[in-house]
Amino acid sequence: MRKVVRGFYAIAYAVKLSKPNVIAAYPITPQTEIVENLAQMYANGDLGDTEYITAESEFGAASMVLGASAAGARVFTATSSQGLLLMTEVLYNAAGMRLPVVLVVANRSISAPLSIWNDIQDSISIRDAGIIQLYAENNQEAHDMVPLAFKVAENRDVLLPFMVCVDGFKLTHAYEPIDLLDQDAVDRFLPPYKPPVKLDVNNPVAMGCYAPPPYYMEFRVAMEYAMDRAKEIMLEEFEKWYEITGRNWGGHVVAESCEDAEIVVVAMGSIVSLVREAVKHLRQKGLKVGLLKIRTYRPFPAEDVRESLKNAQKVIVLDRALSVGAEPPVTADVKSALFGLDLKVYPVVVGLGGRDIPRELIEDIVKNVAEEKITPEKRYEGLNEFEEVIP
Amino acid sequence: MNLFGPGHGACPGCGFPIAVRGALEALDGKAIVVNSTGCLEIVSSMYNRNTWGVPYVHSLFENAGAVAAGVEAALRALKREDEAHVVVFAGDGATFDIGFGTLSGMMDRNHNVIYICYDNEAYQNTGNQQSMATPTGAATTTTPVGNILPGKVGRKKDMIGIAVAHGIPYVASASIAYPKDFQRKVRRAAEFKGAKYIQVHSPCVTGWGIDGKLTVEVAKLAVETGLYPLVEYENGQLVRVRKIKERKPVTEYLKLQRRFRHLFSHPKGQEIIEELQRVADENAKKYGLDA
Repeated sequence: MRKVVRGFYAIAYAVKLSKPNVIAAYPITPQTEIVENLAQMYANGDLGDTEYITAESEFGAASMVLGASAAGARVFTATSSQGLLLMTEVLYNAAGMRLPVVLVVANRSISAPLSIWNDIQDSISIRDAGIIQLYAENNQEAHDMVPLAFKVAENRDVLLPFMVCVDGFKLTHAYEPIDLLDQDAVDRFLPPYKPPVKLDVNNPVAMGCYAPPPYYMEFRVAMEYAMDRAKEIMLEEFEKWYEITGRNWGGHVVAESCEDAEIVVVAMGSIVSLVREAVKHLRQKGLKVGLLKIRTYRPFPAEDVRESLKNAQKVIVLDRALSVGAEPPVTADVKSALFGLDLKVYPVVVGLGGRDIPRELIEDIVKNVAEEKITPEKRYEGLNEFEEVIP
Repeated sequence: MNLFGPGHGACPGCGFPIAVRGALEALDGKAIVVNSTGCLEIVSSMYNRNTWGVPYVHSLFENAGAVAAGVEAALRALKREDEAHVVVFAGDGATFDIGFGTLSGMMDRNHNVIYICYDNEAYQNTGNQQSMATPTGAATTTTPVGNILPGKVGRKKDMIGIAVAHGIPYVASASIAYPKDFQRKVRRAAEFKGAKYIQVHSPCVTGWGIDGKLTVEVAKLAVETGLYPLVEYENGQLVRVRKIKERKPVTEYLKLQRRFRHLFSHPKGQEIIEELQRVADENAKKYGLDA
């Protein structure tokens, strides 16, 4: 059913169709309306047997979905920014306990200074937790990613939390025509969750035990193996998704106009659509430019990135987060994937804290790289001139 | 079947195994246990040496209340409510301090959980640092005795009062010195639907500086002096109190423990002893402890 809806609703509706047993959440801008939509569905009796819990904090929400997941439930929560940071300790724990908690992050910058606007510093900050991370380009993808997240997270060979990242405001608040899934399609794709172990009086197990040095390392490395397996399993699920919905996701990355491209722009999330427009525009002007969209950020599809970029001469990575004191995060991953190839990589930080990213800015960056007016050093584009005040 | 042990690694004379085993027996093993980080978790849940005969999940230090709420919600959603009681075991640090927010949320939403705080009056797992449950005058490594300070300054937080203020159906204090009373309270708690809070006084031999064989005696003195009143609230009403025949002076309790030893020589010691006696007297008055 094609309907013009906001991002919130597209996400909440996909959650409903995924039939979670327990939802626990706390409000935070720009996530709030996702859980408000779910709360309304709950109030209307439209969520079936789902328990919806209003948490006392994001920390509590994450803890409740962790507990519910340990008891064998399919669970969902959503958050943003500071809320995600507040959940972080619990999410690391959920990953370590191999609980397939699914959450949507409406991406928002991190304070200080306080900002409610969009960048992806929040989810990027917990990239090392053992949580699968996909970044949605638009609300159709955000909608589709939710049942996929449950399916992959709950796969016995994966059993890791799954985070669907959606740009705050830019997607969450945007109206778009969405092909809303129907229950039948989701049911065919996503069977009820059957946990391999759970808290069960008839078959008692201890979960979350403490592991002294002879044991700990194996648990952590096992998570790494599960992430590796998730790469293949996700591709299989994308394929099944295509069979059921007719929507082809491509793979972990989508390379557009890359075959003959001399310069490729790498991007993640809603900015991809903008880069696509810039690439079209530049192509019309005769520049051999391509776009590499990274959809799966964890597990990082290094082979796909390398394969897609190997014929290029220059790669521009648009980063919307910092790793203060080091290279921006996506740049670092891309460079690592390209190690040994004779390619110039240009790290460009854009759009922090909701700073506008005009298409012309992207085109200028590409032109400047083409004309070698800028060097492959970390740059901040769209930055105002300012004087650093040191008290 | 052993519900707790053998094989746990608690210190000889530790109070809480009495409480844990007692509670699980009182519930006939029909329990799913959520346990915050602390001594209990460390002595019972080591990988390959798990000592629990019931389903058990250790979460974090500060979220046992919320994890239990999630477990309980899952049982409801999956139509498994009758399978077991959801029971939290958490120390006083996890309850009075760092886990206070998630416990308050659990009580506020009235999740059907029996929350049992074993109160050994400090962070004993990390070696006796003060918590909000540490009584006035106790020496801990973070409230040490010095030339000017006589141990902890300030009072023990009234978690019983706070739990009652949440309007939950059942709140009780108990002591490992009275195991039958504690078990009766656990069984009584299980009869109510909603959030239940039981705080069980449980001496720590190392932190308190007592001989392991004195655990029960010391715990009993806490009750007999009025410093640890055993009370019971149902639906907000005080319904039962353990009366004391001849209330003993607090010094009898204090003098057996290294954590209070300085009070008998420190310049401010007498003042603190009087303060503690006042706390005991107020408890006696508030709860009508004197028989």
